[in-house]
Amino acid sequence: MIKIEKLHKSYPIGKGSLHVLKGLDLHIKEGEFVSIMGSSGSGKSTLLNIVGLLDNHDTGNYYLNGQLIENLDEKKAAILRNKFLGFVFQSFNLINYKSALENVALPLYYQGIGRKERNKIALQYLDKVGIKDRAEHLPSELSGGEKQRVAIARALVTNPKVVLADEPTGALDSATTHSVMELLKEINREGMTVFVITHEEDVAAETDRIVRLKDGIIISDEKVQKKSNRKSYV
Amino acid sequence: MIKFLFDTDTWQEIYSSIRKNKTRTAITIIGVMWGIFLLVVLLGAAKGVENNFNRLFGDFATNSVFVWAQQTSKPFKGFQEGKSLTLKMSDLESIKKEIPGLEFVVPRLQDQALAVNDFKSGRFGVFGDYPELDEVQKMDMVYGRFINHNDIIEKKKVCVIEEEIYKQLFDKDVQPIGTYIKINNINYKVIGMYKKGQIGSGGPQGNIHIPFTTFQQVYNRGEDVGWMMITGKPGFDITQIEADVKLLLKNLHKVHPEDDRAFGSFNLGKEIAKVTGFLTGMQFLTWFVGIATLIAGVFAIGNILLITVKERTKEIGIRRALGAKPWEIKRQIILESVFLTSIAGSLGIISGGIVLMIIDVTLGKGDEPALTNPTVDIPVILIAAATLVILGTLIGLIPAHTAVSIRPIEALREE
Repeated sequence: MIKIEKLHKSYPIGKGSLHVLKGLDLHIKEGEFVSIMGSSGSGKSTLLNIVGLLDNHDTGNYYLNGQLIENLDEKKAAILRNKFLGFVFQSFNLINYKSALENVALPLYYQGIGRKERNKIALQYLDKVGIKDRAEHLPSELSGGEKQRVAIARALVTNPKVVLADEPTGALDSATTHSVMELLKEINREGMTVFVITHEEDVAAETDRIVRLKDGIIISDEKVQKKSNRKSYV
Repeated sequence: MIKFLFDTDTWQEIYSSIRKNKTRTAITIIGVMWGIFLLVVLLGAAKGVENNFNRLFGDFATNSVFVWAQQTSKPFKGFQEGKSLTLKMSDLESIKKEIPGLEFVVPRLQDQALAVNDFKSGRFGVFGDYPELDEVQKMDMVYGRFINHNDIIEKKKVCVIEEEIYKQLFDKDVQPIGTYIKINNINYKVIGMYKKGQIGSGGPQGNIHIPFTTFQQVYNRGEDVGWMMITGKPGFDITQIEADVKLLLKNLHKVHPEDDRAFGSFNLGKEIAKVTGFLTGMQFLTWFVGIATLIAGVFAIGNILLITVKERTKEIGIRRALGAKPWEIKRQIILESVFLTSIAGSLGIISGGIVLMIIDVTLGKGDEPALTNPTVDIPVILIAAATLVILGTLIGLIPAHTAVSIRPIEALREE
C-alpha cells in the first residue's frame, strides 16, 4: 500500500540545511496497523507529511497504492489526498463553525457529492464511531474524545486506502486514549490500513507493528507480540 | 460553478468569515459604499444641472445665432466711420440665397409700447414677428395660437401676449382670447397667450407679439429689420454660418470687411457649447472622483480579506489536507470579495438614490429650481455595478493567491 525506497528529505535552515530523513526504506502492506515511534526531531512527522502528500521528498521513491508519487502539483496532490488518504490530527483540526456532521461531510463536498447524499454518508460514519447523537453539535460542544471520533469519522468518510494518524491521542487522557485506540483497531480489523505516529509506548503497543525512528534512520521494525491472539477477532 | 454559487456551505463559510470580523467588515463596506454613493449623487446632481440648463435654453434652437446692425468703426468706400446701419428685408433674401445650410432666417422688429385694457395699463416690449419664430424659439402656448401666415398677409391687428402681461392687464379668471387690448391706442385682438420663456428678451415686464407686417405698417418701418434669428440645419457649423452672414452683410452694406463692430451677433450655439463643455467636465470629474473612491474602497476590501485569510490559515490548511483543490479555496475567497463589494455597491446605490430624491424635493421644486430631475441613468448604474464586481474579483485574487500560496503543511502547523 505504501512503499518507500531510499527516501531523503532535508530542510533549508539559514545557509545550511537540516537532513531530516536519511534514506528510509519502508513497506506497509494493505490492512496493516503500523505505528511510527520516535522522540521529537526523529523525523516521524516529516515522514507522515511526505506519506500524506503534504510535503515533497527530495530523493528516493514513494509509491502510494502502487502509484509512483512524483512531480505532484497542488491540484493532483489534493485529489490524491481526498481519494486515498484520511487524516487524524493531534489537535483534531475540526472546523469550529461547522457541526460535527458538516465536518465529517467536508471531504465529500470536495468530491462534489450533493449535500443530502454526503450528510447521509457522514451520519453513517458518525454512527460507526458511536457519536451519532452528537451530529448537530459544534466542535466546541464536544469533549476531546468526541472530537477525535469526529475527526476519525471524517478521515474514514471518503473510504480511503490509508488512515494517517499524527499523535491521535496526544491531547487525550488515558481512558479516552484507550477508547480511541480501540476504535482505530476496530477500523483496522475491518481491513483499513492504519498508520499511526506516536511517541507513547503504550499507544504503539496497541498496534501490530512498530517502526522506531531515530535521527532520520529506522533503527528497528518489529511485529508486536500480543497477549490476546488477534486472530480470535477475525 | 453554478452549483458552487447555490451551495449552502459556500454561503455558510462566507457568513462565518464575515462574522469573525464584523466591525472591520462593516467599516470596509462603508468605504466602497461611499465611493458608489458619491458617484451616484454627483452624477445625479450633474444631470440635474444639465436638465435645468436644458429647461432654461430648451426653448431655443441650440444651433442659432442672432444678428443685428450697429455702427461702422472703419471708413470704407468713401463713407466715414460711425455710419449707422439698418438691416433690410432684402438682406434676408440675399442671405437665404447665398449662404448654404440655413434652416430659418427670421426677421424681428421691436419697440416699447403702452398697452391698455380697461383701466389697467403697462409698458411692454412689442415685437413684430413671423410664424417661424415659433420654430426658432419654442412658444409654450397656454391659450390660443401663435401668429400665422394669414395674419401676416392680411396685416391683421392681432396679438399674442405673455402670461406676465395677462396678469397685469386682466382680472383673474378672465378668458383673454378674443378680447381686445389697446397698444399705443390701436386695438388688437388677443389670439394667444404663452408661458414665460426662461430667457426673456426685450421688455422688462413681458412681451407682446404682433404680425411682422402689421408692425411694419403701424410703426412705419418700411423695409427695415430690427434683428434676425438664424438657425443652421443639422450638420452645419453655426459659427461658420455666423461668419458668412456677417461677411455678406458687410458686402451688402458697403462696410469694411475687417470692421468687427458694424454688425453684432450672439451665437447661442457657442454659448450653449460652453455650458455643455462645463457639464461634460463636471461629469468627467464625477466619474474620476467616484471611480477613484471606489478603487480605494475595493482595496480596503482586499485588505480585510487578506487579514481574514491570514486568520483562517489553519482552516484553509485543514480543507486542503481533506482534498480541497487550490481553485476551490480561491473561488471561495473571490466570491467573498465579490459578495462584499456587491453588498456595499447596492447599499451605496440605494442611499445615493435616496439622497437624490431628497435633493429633488428640497432643491428641485418651485419656480426657479437649482436642479431639475436629478437622476442617474440605469445604464450608468449597471456600468458602475459591473465595474464594482470586476474590481471585486480582481482584488479578491490577491488574498485568494495568498491563501493557496501557503503550503498546507505550514498552514496546519499554524496555531
